Amino acid sequence: MKNPPKLFLRFFRWFCHPKLLKYIEGDLIELYEERVKEKGKRNADLRFFIDVLLLFRPSIIKPAEGYQQLNTYGMYKSYFKIGWRNLVKNKGYSFINIGGLAMGMAVAMLISLWVYDELSFNKYHENYETIAQVYRSNNWGGELEASTSHVTGLGTLLKTEYGSHFKNVAMIRARTEERVLAFGENKFTQSGYFMQPEGAEILTLKMLRGTQQGLKDIKSLLLSESTAKKLFGDADPINQVVTMDAKWDLKVTGVYEDLPKNSTFNDAAYFAPLDLYIDGWGSLTSWDNYFVYIYVQINPEGNFEEISRIIKNVMLAHVDTETKETKPEIFLQPMSKWHLDSEFKDGELVTSKRMMSVWYYSAIGIFVLLLACINFMNLSTARSEKRAKEVGIRKSIGSLRSQLIQQFFGETLLVAGIAAVIALIVVQLSMPWFNDVSDKNISMPIGNPIFWMICIGFTLFTGLLAGSYPALYLSSFNAVKILKGTFKAGSFAMLPRRVLVVLQFTVSITLTIGTIVFYQQIQFAKNRPAGYSRANLIGMRTASPEYKGQYQAIRNELKNTNMVEEIAETNYSIIDTRGWNGGFSWHGQKYDQTFNTIFVTHEYGQTIGWEFVLGRDFSRAFPSDLSGIVINESALEILGLENPVGESLAWQDRGNFKIVGVVKDMVKGSPYEPTDPSIIFLSENDMQWLYIKIKSDASAHEALPKIQSVLASIVPSAPFDYTFADEAYGAKFRAEERIGKLATLFSAFALIISCLGLFGLASFMAEQRTKEIGIRKIMGASVTNLWKMLSKDFVVMVIVSCSLAVPLSFYFMTSWLGQYEYRTTISWNIFAVTGIGALLITLLTVSFQAIKAAMVNPVKSLRSE
Amino acid sequence: MKRYQLGEFEEVVMLTVGILHSEAYGVSIKKEIEKRLSRNVSVGALQTALRRLEDKEYLRSHEGAATEERAGRPKKYFQITALGKRAMEYSKSTRDELWSAIPKLAWGLKIIGLEGNL
Repeated sequence: MKNPPKLFLRFFRWFCHPKLLKYIEGDLIELYEERVKEKGKRNADLRFFIDVLLLFRPSIIKPAEGYQQLNTYGMYKSYFKIGWRNLVKNKGYSFINIGGLAMGMAVAMLISLWVYDELSFNKYHENYETIAQVYRSNNWGGELEASTSHVTGLGTLLKTEYGSHFKNVAMIRARTEERVLAFGENKFTQSGYFMQPEGAEILTLKMLRGTQQGLKDIKSLLLSESTAKKLFGDADPINQVVTMDAKWDLKVTGVYEDLPKNSTFNDAAYFAPLDLYIDGWGSLTSWDNYFVYIYVQINPEGNFEEISRIIKNVMLAHVDTETKETKPEIFLQPMSKWHLDSEFKDGELVTSKRMMSVWYYSAIGIFVLLLACINFMNLSTARSEKRAKEVGIRKSIGSLRSQLIQQFFGETLLVAGIAAVIALIVVQLSMPWFNDVSDKNISMPIGNPIFWMICIGFTLFTGLLAGSYPALYLSSFNAVKILKGTFKAGSFAMLPRRVLVVLQFTVSITLTIGTIVFYQQIQFAKNRPAGYSRANLIGMRTASPEYKGQYQAIRNELKNTNMVEEIAETNYSIIDTRGWNGGFSWHGQKYDQTFNTIFVTHEYGQTIGWEFVLGRDFSRAFPSDLSGIVINESALEILGLENPVGESLAWQDRGNFKIVGVVKDMVKGSPYEPTDPSIIFLSENDMQWLYIKIKSDASAHEALPKIQSVLASIVPSAPFDYTFADEAYGAKFRAEERIGKLATLFSAFALIISCLGLFGLASFMAEQRTKEIGIRKIMGASVTNLWKMLSKDFVVMVIVSCSLAVPLSFYFMTSWLGQYEYRTTISWNIFAVTGIGALLITLLTVSFQAIKAAMVNPVKSLRSE
Repeated sequence: MKRYQLGEFEEVVMLTVGILHSEAYGVSIKKEIEKRLSRNVSVGALQTALRRLEDKEYLRSHEGAATEERAGRPKKYFQITALGKRAMEYSKSTRDELWSAIPKLAWGLKIIGLEGNL
């Protein structure tokens, strides 16, 4: 028997649709055999070839490549469909699942944006990689102290003799300086920096007008965009003359783009020349006045450590012997470390508070996300019994375990995807509010592909994490057992679920306790006796030469308004701790310590209401008070005098000062730290601050316009820029309050998410035991009985969580409080309150479901099959 | 009413399947058409038409017993379905209607009219 040519047959078999293959092949072979008989093999072969070629057409060819893929696609479609139907069918669970997950993701996203912002601090400056600040460590009697304030001589030395190591060196007046900038009628108090001209280039100010070289002239000024707008509106500020503090006329030589919030220099409303600042009293080569920061930009190929080594001891040759004894050592601190890694203790870098809050928030973010994932896992496994039949059938039809795992992962990814979209919307909507609370200027980088990649990665990660347990657990069911009905997720299956609930509550309770302790600490510091009264007290800078010699005139005029109790002037604000001096001695006995030295007018005490422990206040009745001093309790402790009043202290060569009184410590610096030892002198020269105490029976609302008109008549060039001492003092707590607010928010979320999970789980349990409850009711169980039965499990879990959370939070919070000198104690009732609160919330959550289940008419619940 | 779609070649195939009655399978249909209409039919064209008719549910098929002459490959027998019959009737009746609607006179004028239009 002759056979058709193999090649063509193979070709035909390859392309033909498998369903048709055998019939058409049969036809072809029949025809071939006939033709062989009639016309011979050659002809038959040829005709066979033609037939095969003509069969090569769309309706005969098998659905070409991708036949296989098409099938899997269908499978995925089915997974998607089943997953979606499951979501829609169980709306309550889906809501809890998706809502909880979305909440967790939103919190995690907000936190990661915040952390990213912290980590990218100062990156606005283009020379980020090569900028460093010059630090110096001194050895004060065995204790190393790092500081950033330097003498101008050092900056000049680095620039002239070590210039080859640096691309640029610039000195900037340490701290911002508040100055009144005036142009015509527009007068504003602005804070900014006095800086050498190279600074603009180091910081890469983005010039909108003018050039970075603008500070070369001593009478020049660079303005930030917003300051320029305030002063000049839309007019061109270049070459206009701005008056600073009514003393200097400065030409505007440039306008730079506002520095972003996450730059160390974000508060710079202007940059003025350092030469102007020191004009008339200082030089660029002084070696005894520490008042500038020094910034350097190294060459790109340079290396911070190496240069630090080279310049380590450059100061020794120039400073006096006393300073030399403190072994001043210079080193460079790179810009990348400024924000998060610049806290020194005993000469060593330590984890800074900011870094700690970055860690703290990151931990919360991870925990909240974890809680949401746990919820998800718990609910999915709890509901797995309902889907056990599906798994059984799928398995007996031939699903591989890996396919089931895929299916369930697919479902969790679907849910995670929905949750991620909701979370993104929530984050976008809450951004302004979040920025307000956290004092940041963060926005979602919507245009950034990396952001979206991270989002997708994040969703995948969450989906896989949340889905891992259900996917691996559900797919491990034994098909035969499930379908026979003998499958029961027994008490063993409950165990991991219980562990997860306990974990959830442990985390939530720990966070809650932490937050409460945090607030208690802030409150504790707020309630700390400040040693003076801030009520109705306003302060302002005496930012004009016109103030000189006008103190009494201002005082008389203000008191004539009948609105003002008293006024006083001082050289430093009452809420900061500037002005430190040493060199005091008593009967030839020298004190090593430095004291916070403040100069005030006679009325200072009456104005701020300080409290005397010993002695009396300054008084104009005693002319000798001009060489008198008031000290505070901390200072007294250092001085160690039995009867301080009447004793005299010598201060270098400035003469002897008689102690007239001792006052209670005043909290001027951080409210968490011990107060500074202070010595208060009388003076009326070179005062920087004016304080006005408004009468307690007068309202600030009425008093302020009168005060303003008085000041406007005596010192017309100074703006009426006042602050309430209360508010200024309150600002000391702002950083902590901010952390507290965010922590409250985040732990509230943690708790809500945990409760959502509990709620879902309780409702599932109740639903599962519907029949049991029905039978129990028939047998005579009361609603109370049933409620107890259903709630007991959860109460036990929460109690276990409490007993874990209490020691945990105690440990963490004790170590956290350790960083504060002035700190509250953790009392047991915080734990009691939190524990009872957690129990109550649990009972509320669970009882709702339990009572609902227990109230159902047993006829209904038992009839359901 | 749903329109019955039946192409010219499809109609030929349907009619042949009807003629062959219970003996209609690939090769027999091909030979019958070739014999009666003396036109060449390729296996490909025929199979395509059969597939299309089956999809339209005008034909149904069943597998016949395997025979030795086809190297053990089974035959696929075709039968006209009720729907297929209606489609054929519809096709015939529409044509008859059209035929009968042509006026006797038209045979002479039609050509002129066509030319006029061209």
